[in-house]
Amino acid sequence: MTDENFTPELVVRKRRSPFVDVLLRLGKSPLAMFGLAIIFVLVFCAIFAEVISPYSPIKQDLMHMFETPSAEHWLGTDEFGRDILSRLIYGARVSLQVGFIAVGIALITGGMLGAISGYYSGWLDNTIMRVMDVLLSIPQTLLAIAIVAALGPSLMNLMIAVGISAVPTYARIVRGSVLSIRSMEFIEAARAAGSSDLRIILKHIIPNSMAPIIVQSTLGVASAILNAAGLSFIGLGIQPPNPEWGAMLSGGRQYIRDFPHMTLYPGLAIMLTILALNFLGDGLRDALDPKLKR
Amino acid sequence: MSEAYIRVENLKKYFATKRGMLHAVDDVSFEIQKGETLGLVGESGCGKSTLGRCLIKLLDSTSGKVLLQDEKGYVDITKASPREMKELRKRVQIVFQDPYSCLNPRLSVWELIAEPLIVNKIYSDKNEMRRRIRSLMDTVGLAERLENSYPHELDGGRRQRIGIARSLALNPEFIVLDEPVSALDVCIQAQILNLLNSLQKEFKYTYVFISHNLSVVRHVSDRIAVMYLGQIVELSDYKELFSQPLHPYTQALLSAIPLAKLEVKRERIILEGDVPSPIEPPNVCRFAGRCRYAKEICKSKAPALIEVMKGHFAACHFAKDFIKGE
Repeated sequence: MTDENFTPELVVRKRRSPFVDVLLRLGKSPLAMFGLAIIFVLVFCAIFAEVISPYSPIKQDLMHMFETPSAEHWLGTDEFGRDILSRLIYGARVSLQVGFIAVGIALITGGMLGAISGYYSGWLDNTIMRVMDVLLSIPQTLLAIAIVAALGPSLMNLMIAVGISAVPTYARIVRGSVLSIRSMEFIEAARAAGSSDLRIILKHIIPNSMAPIIVQSTLGVASAILNAAGLSFIGLGIQPPNPEWGAMLSGGRQYIRDFPHMTLYPGLAIMLTILALNFLGDGLRDALDPKLKR
Repeated sequence: MSEAYIRVENLKKYFATKRGMLHAVDDVSFEIQKGETLGLVGESGCGKSTLGRCLIKLLDSTSGKVLLQDEKGYVDITKASPREMKELRKRVQIVFQDPYSCLNPRLSVWELIAEPLIVNKIYSDKNEMRRRIRSLMDTVGLAERLENSYPHELDGGRRQRIGIARSLALNPEFIVLDEPVSALDVCIQAQILNLLNSLQKEFKYTYVFISHNLSVVRHVSDRIAVMYLGQIVELSDYKELFSQPLHPYTQALLSAIPLAKLEVKRERIILEGDVPSPIEPPNVCRFAGRCRYAKEICKSKAPALIEVMKGHFAACHFAKDFIKGE
């Protein structure tokens, strides 16, 4: 090693940022890209709903009730003659918002609680986890109903209710993976290097326990969408006539024998979203793990 | 006596288990001189790693003192507050046994070596830190091209070099080497041992070298402490320990080292039975049940670690009888 290695020009590291690294690795998985594409389409629909939807989502047209798919109404019309495609496009807005924000609430709250309880163990762990057990003993939907009933029906309260009801699940998963990571020798090594508890949690434990959390979150978005749909159905979520996939599904339920298209398309929309999220989640899990780098 | 660099006094580490207190380290006292290598040998589960971790407060000891010399005298590591410990961490470091699990798999070589520098805020200038990391990699023999690699892409020897670079990063004075070579194959072992040796010569480190491999310990140590069931049973200069072991356990250990000479015949001491349970051990000689010299006194009174010959400590009632050629 000569001195020229220490000149600043040569010392600059040629390295891609970790974020770009992950994206590049994600790009190698066709399924993940498929999922990502669908999610992009949905996000695009949600943002530009006004521009791309052919009709108003709430305008009733009683001359064209229960129409099956045709050139004017690509996906047909519902019992009030509203265009189903337009309602689906607007519904994407609500569903994605509910799905992601509710999971965000659950993940941040539950994740922090789980990480703290797994890392410190002892009485703190016991207290947190027993509270989680109490929450877990109430069925998720019932808990969400109780919360949204107490707060009053609105989009924001719906997200909070769905989010809080999912907190225990995340707390459990994060705690479990933190426990398994915490006993690894590199945590001790980090402590020997002088790292603080917070840094150990954020830099060593959380990145290493991401995999199950990412998978759970993508599934969680899906179940949050379904949960929100359920709440909308009983009148505690999105108020009619605002379009929402779950509410459309429930609304079309009574006509399913004669006009299956009314339930088919919202159902397909939910299914496709969930499938896409799962593909993306799987791909992300692999991309985030440098061990799988090929 | 007062000039020792580290003084360990009556150090104890007990773990609470369902069946009682497990005495992992039980009333251990010794001294380490500045710049020397103290070998710590013993079989699996005798408490050597626990002792090593207590020395640098990765584990909180149950009682006793670990006194580390500084400008004003001695500081007791076991009583250091988290803030004092943050300073002390720069002086005492550890190299771990398993290079496969002691490195965070999600950090690159560069990030791993940078970690101690970042958390202790050693450099405010990024360029200076870069230079420091480069020179550390150079010191431990890691090629520059490996800096963006992840640990799983490297072999055990290179990983152990990362571990060593991490512990050197803060310019420590005292390093606990917790079986640094036992997970490596023999020729890598030699490389790492030579590296540790030359580093010690260059930077005047004080080492505690923990191992179950007597040949390795003999190769690197100035003095050797033999542990049995949480206690030090013999402590002496490395040459003397091998030529004149004064504790029956040490004698048995030494007789188990394979010799590369076929014609040499020597007595093999085969130990009967098993190591007794470390949970609530009775206050007698812990080796008595397996010792071929055991007498009544061994089963009623625990021998203390006393200086039998100059600089040669042994914890056996009959240690004097084993002194050769008088």
